[in-house]
Amino acid sequence: MTFPETRHSVLAAVRSEDPRERASALEGVAGAYWRAVYTYLRLRFRHSPEDAEDLTQEFFARALDKGWFAAYDDSRGRFRTYLRTCLDAFAANKHRAESRLKRGGDATFLALDFATVEGDVRALELPAPDADVEELFRREWVRGLFARATRELERWAIERETPAVWEAFRRYDLAQGGSAGRRLSYADVAREMGLPVTQVTNHLFVARRELRRLVVDALRAGCASEAEVAAECRELFG
Amino acid sequence: MSPFDDATLDHLRGVLRELSTAEPSAAPSLAFPLRPYELLEEIGRGGMGVVYRARDRVLERDVALKVIAPGGASADLAARLGREARILAQLEHPGIVPVHDVGVLADGRAYAAMKLVRGEPLSSWLAARGAERPGRAGERELAERLRLLLKVLETVAFAHARGVVHCDLKPGNIMVGSFGEVLVLDWGLARHHGSPAEAAEAAAESTAPAERAPAGAAGVRHATGATVSGAVLGTPGYMAPEQERGERTALDGRTDVFALGAILGELTAGAAPPAAVLSIARRAQALLPAERYPNVEAMAADVARFLARQPVSAHRERPGEVLRRWYARYEAPILLVVAYLLLRILFWVWPR
Repeated sequence: MTFPETRHSVLAAVRSEDPRERASALEGVAGAYWRAVYTYLRLRFRHSPEDAEDLTQEFFARALDKGWFAAYDDSRGRFRTYLRTCLDAFAANKHRAESRLKRGGDATFLALDFATVEGDVRALELPAPDADVEELFRREWVRGLFARATRELERWAIERETPAVWEAFRRYDLAQGGSAGRRLSYADVAREMGLPVTQVTNHLFVARRELRRLVVDALRAGCASEAEVAAECRELFG
Repeated sequence: MSPFDDATLDHLRGVLRELSTAEPSAAPSLAFPLRPYELLEEIGRGGMGVVYRARDRVLERDVALKVIAPGGASADLAARLGREARILAQLEHPGIVPVHDVGVLADGRAYAAMKLVRGEPLSSWLAARGAERPGRAGERELAERLRLLLKVLETVAFAHARGVVHCDLKPGNIMVGSFGEVLVLDWGLARHHGSPAEAAEAAAESTAPAERAPAGAAGVRHATGATVSGAVLGTPGYMAPEQERGERTALDGRTDVFALGAILGELTAGAAPPAAVLSIARRAQALLPAERYPNVEAMAADVARFLARQPVSAHRERPGEVLRRWYARYEAPILLVVAYLLLRILFWVWPR
């Protein structure tokens, strides 16, 4: 797999002298990680949905304010691991805090759709006390990447006026989960959509190719370097 | 959206992993082409490769992206695609699809981006219209088909004027738009006769006949109308004898005249066309190039003369045919005169 775009390093932007660039970079990092942070707080620290929302907002606000991400040293591991370590330390301190008001209450830093994520969190099993926290955070991060890329894919298909591409993807690829009951075949989806099977497989190919691009885009926003993006891609896609 | 559960996540990771490792032939990997073309759907497939409707992300327009099939012959096919693109770049004509861009995808396959045209191949257009009808309706149908052929002849004549011979004219390579516009496609076998490079290449082949495929090898896919790959290139049934024999140095505008004669035969198949039309087709398809029309303009002139109910050069009329043609040409004035004479006779014999 090749990565033709070499973006300006997220890390460099987080360390920028320009506060606007710094805030923008942090917003990108938050976009890539907020879902994992929220789910991690809910599952590992057993915070209530309201507390987890507040803590997620506050975690990113604090990170910007205190320059936590700028202190990241890429020789000591992946940015994702560093961010999770920061979150562990932040959550351990906040675990002892008494109330929302003491934390600053209703301050909102980012516009995040917690309600949708909470629906997903409720469907997940609580981890065992001895669960691998790194793996838990990573799994939720990957889930966030795919959820974000899937939303982008729907928008992309509508903007390109190819709704059948999204429909085929929704009906087939998003219906393969355990809660979906019987798994549909390509022929089932073709029948439902009134299309030839080859057209459905073509649509699915287009959707998957675009999804991969969007996942890589989302991933890039949460990695400190292109080398890290490549390493994450290898883990995700082989 | 339903919960993004582990099973859905695993499935998606699995299909994206497959996408990354798939064979190029199994799934076209246009994920990161050098130019940002966004593949939308497959719109055609042939021996040379696949044609996709694709989105040019820079110019925000849909194009037809012709991508060479991978495999042992891909280098030759890529060379043909490149030659086709260079020829098309020289031919700016409403009847010829313009090429926008050529290049190589990230997976190494050559592509050409062309204008996306809407319409149907002449072969489908003919099949949809069915057999010609008898009587006046049949005459109108024949005239419409010949006017369509005239547009093809004009386009090919334009290419010939610039030294380009198509060498693979057939109904499948002619697109008919919804407003009757005509486009001549697939210039992959075209020859730029008269160019020094082409002459040298042709001469080299002519001096090495042992390396040429036997002419009989060209007949294997006659029924499908597909272009035969190999040393002898063209489509059986539309290929002139000199092209079937692989005599590249002998190919010129008359090679296309032969194919156009075959197309004329298809346009009038299923009906009893007038003898003049049969003669035009017969002359165009003469086995010896010297006995064909010397160029496409001459053939077009005959077709135009037939449409104007004038004598055609390829046909010697019998007296009865001359009378029928005159009647058809001057039908209205003849009927007026006859009516006038009848009235005069009527007044003359009517008892006063």
